[in-house]
Amino acid sequence: MTVDRAVHAPVQPPGQGSAPSGTRPPAPAPPRRRPRLPRWEIAVPLTLYLLFTLIPFYWMVLYAIRPAGTTGIVPWPLTLEHFDTVWNGIGFGAYFANSMKVGVAALVATCVVALSGGYALARFSFRGKRLFMVAMLGTQFIPGAMMLIPLFELFSMLNLTDSLWSLVIANTVFQLPLSLILLSGFVRNIPVELEEAAWVDGCSRIRAFFAVVLPMLRPGLIAVGSFAFIDSWNNFLFALMFISSQDKYTIPVGLSYTIGEFSVDFGALAAGGVVAAVPVVIVFAFIQRFLVQGMSAGAVKG
Amino acid sequence: MATVTEGRRAQAAPRRGLRHRWTPYLLIAPSVLLMIVFLLYPILSVFYYSLQHYNVTEPWNNGFAGLENYRTMLFEDPLFWRSLGFTAQWVGWEVILQLLFGLLLALIVNETFRWRGLARATVFAPWVVSGVLTTVLWTLLYSPTTGFLRFLSDLGIGSPGTAVLADPDTVFGAAVLAELWRGVPFFAILLLADLQTISKDLYEAASVDGAGRRRRFLHITLPHLKNAIILSTLLRAIWEFNNVDLLYTLTGGGPANATTTLPLYVAQQAVDSYEFGYGAALTTASFGLLLICSLVYLRLSRFGGDRA
Repeated sequence: MTVDRAVHAPVQPPGQGSAPSGTRPPAPAPPRRRPRLPRWEIAVPLTLYLLFTLIPFYWMVLYAIRPAGTTGIVPWPLTLEHFDTVWNGIGFGAYFANSMKVGVAALVATCVVALSGGYALARFSFRGKRLFMVAMLGTQFIPGAMMLIPLFELFSMLNLTDSLWSLVIANTVFQLPLSLILLSGFVRNIPVELEEAAWVDGCSRIRAFFAVVLPMLRPGLIAVGSFAFIDSWNNFLFALMFISSQDKYTIPVGLSYTIGEFSVDFGALAAGGVVAAVPVVIVFAFIQRFLVQGMSAGAVKG
Repeated sequence: MATVTEGRRAQAAPRRGLRHRWTPYLLIAPSVLLMIVFLLYPILSVFYYSLQHYNVTEPWNNGFAGLENYRTMLFEDPLFWRSLGFTAQWVGWEVILQLLFGLLLALIVNETFRWRGLARATVFAPWVVSGVLTTVLWTLLYSPTTGFLRFLSDLGIGSPGTAVLADPDTVFGAAVLAELWRGVPFFAILLLADLQTISKDLYEAASVDGAGRRRRFLHITLPHLKNAIILSTLLRAIWEFNNVDLLYTLTGGGPANATTTLPLYVAQQAVDSYEFGYGAALTTASFGLLLICSLVYLRLSRFGGDRA
């Protein structure tokens, strides 16, 4: 993906028709490029799709910052009362901390385990490697919902139910196969000659790994870590099943109970949604430029 | 036995001769252990539970059940068959619509225009939104009193006061639309990645030979995308089959079980009624269905070959 300068342009406020200005006449094209679509054939569907994407976000932010009881579609006057309600009243402050703990722990665990396994898959051939690769692929088809009952039983045996560790473990394990495939691909792309040169210079294999390979794996680790964090942050079913005390709820569980309240407080629900969205949107903004490349590298994520 | 892939490398590091044999196994051990304990063992234990009467809230009824759970599922539970039918509808509509819109979107953002980077980032953003958050967003839009639909009906579009999530006629469409919003970026990202590998020369040559835009699309773009489309469609079908979060929170499978998929049914058995034995039997049935998909997928992708 070519890095457009436009990526760094200031983000326009959503819902105010960022699309029309996004399709201003392009600079004169260099000759001998392939024939383009007429401009309106891009502008019209793109504008419609941008509206489809942005209206739900705008609508949520609108609810979150306009005073209860008002219905204007321009949020004025602004209020933070809904954020106060969810953060302090409903307990999203604690849910946020729990989700962060689980997300960061799953991120670290996934990166460490997948790094060592991915390096082995990329640099060694060993008995059982093919079987392992096939088994990893097979796990792509294991639905989270199917694992609820057996994992709950297992965590009960290990005395891990109602503990955030159960979520760290479950999220890490579900993240491992994709991360191993991704990271072994990244290691393969690093010329082995670089490592060999370090060995010749007297580095041990471990030192060569940390000095030569690890710095070059930064993009791979960013991708794997981001995916692990996002999936862990978004995970709902495991947290719903394994966690029973309210002070250990994660954000999605807290949100789902806010939806299910007998009379829904839309302002609070929207503010909770904003709290849930902010971390993953930040991570997304950080990695979106690498997303298309990552996908072509063979990573396939739901 | 562990051998270093190239003999040359062994010579470069003769000191490590013997230790090499164990190095790869040591490195892979944490992954293997985690996956055996927390994936393989639980999967195998599902089959055991499916042969038991097992409900945490009714310990006095627990015990060996033989094939009774399966008999109940196949012959006495109309909801099982209904949920299968709904699962097929749900997966079919989602995959077809997401592929269609995803392909169109990928083609559009593959063109060159100003602000393209920003446009791409924006339309891909729903990719990181969770199922529960999608429910929040669309509950707010669908609200009959203050939602976006009410806003439209005040402008004269649509009828006022429609509770689309409570009406069995509209709930399916409403859920499909919400999931579509979240699912299109997956196809768009994957197909865009593949579109970018098509050589521009091909299009130029075709233009010189007088091929119009439609023929270039049909004879260059589509054949090139074929593999990506097959794989992404399969993956997405499985993913949507397994997709529980959105339906669990948006419709709860209702109204009147009109939107209960098989995995949602399993989740409800586990989370809400603690029917672990019967839930395990449903799980086994789902595994059977998915296994067929997995085999097709493995066939198509020829994964696992040693490319090192």
